[in-house]
Amino acid sequence: MIVPVSYYLVLGAILFSIGVTGVLLRRNAIMVFMSIELMLNAVNLSFVAMSRALDSLDGQVFVFFVMTVAAAEVAVGLALIVAIFRSLGSADVDDAHVLKG
Amino acid sequence: MSAQFVIFGLLAVTSVATALAMIFSRNAVHGVLFMVGNFAAVALLYVLLGSPFLAAVQILVYAGAIMVLFLFVVMLMGPEPAPLWEHIPGQRPLALLFGLLLAAGLIAAVNVEELTGVPGIMSQEVLERLGQPTALAQTLFERYLLPFEVTSLLLLIGMIGAVVLAKREKHELQAERAPREGGAE
Repeated sequence: MIVPVSYYLVLGAILFSIGVTGVLLRRNAIMVFMSIELMLNAVNLSFVAMSRALDSLDGQVFVFFVMTVAAAEVAVGLALIVAIFRSLGSADVDDAHVLKG
Repeated sequence: MSAQFVIFGLLAVTSVATALAMIFSRNAVHGVLFMVGNFAAVALLYVLLGSPFLAAVQILVYAGAIMVLFLFVVMLMGPEPAPLWEHIPGQRPLALLFGLLLAAGLIAAVNVEELTGVPGIMSQEVLERLGQPTALAQTLFERYLLPFEVTSLLLLIGMIGAVVLAKREKHELQAERAPREGGAE
């Protein structure tokens, strides 16, 4: 590999931190959710880089599973966000502080 | 030789810039579009890392399916009012501070010269002989067959969950239309 693996890991770390910052910063549930996707994506990048560096395909299989989990999570999460929006009239995470529907 | 470095640098700058633009975009639709750009840049990084199959899956699943779903929900909810943070006093500076601290810590932890770990058998020569998707499929269907099957169960649960959540809304809509029948299960 010509580009060293630590470059990819640093890039993954930066993207993960941006995702965490997005979760802390934004109050719109959709943006919080997209920041979580950004974090998953950063970890996927680290997985593929390590998989390449260690001559093993296990990391890429993990990326495959992470993508599946992300797809299921997005389907359920967005349905929840729409349900909360229908009952509260907003997608602000601070408005959804009670479990009562 | 240095062409890879140039491509990596361009893709890294693109992905970081689109990620930053996503978390600072006031309009959610713009955020979704920046996110699509970020996923495309990461998919090209996968190509650079020698796994074109994952790059294709990334484009298909993330940029294609998941982001279109996000876009649908954003369109369904309509435009949001402009200021989207500062509900808690000092939230913005604190969030930026903690984000920077986390980035510094992660980079310090990750930026190492030598890598520890057990090397596998899938070297570049083996991958080129087998073809990368074939080798990945062999790993997936031989060593990770049980997790793969459990994944199908997970997708089924996700599907049922989405249907159940959507169905309750339909009950509520019916209750709104006919208030007398609203209590009936």
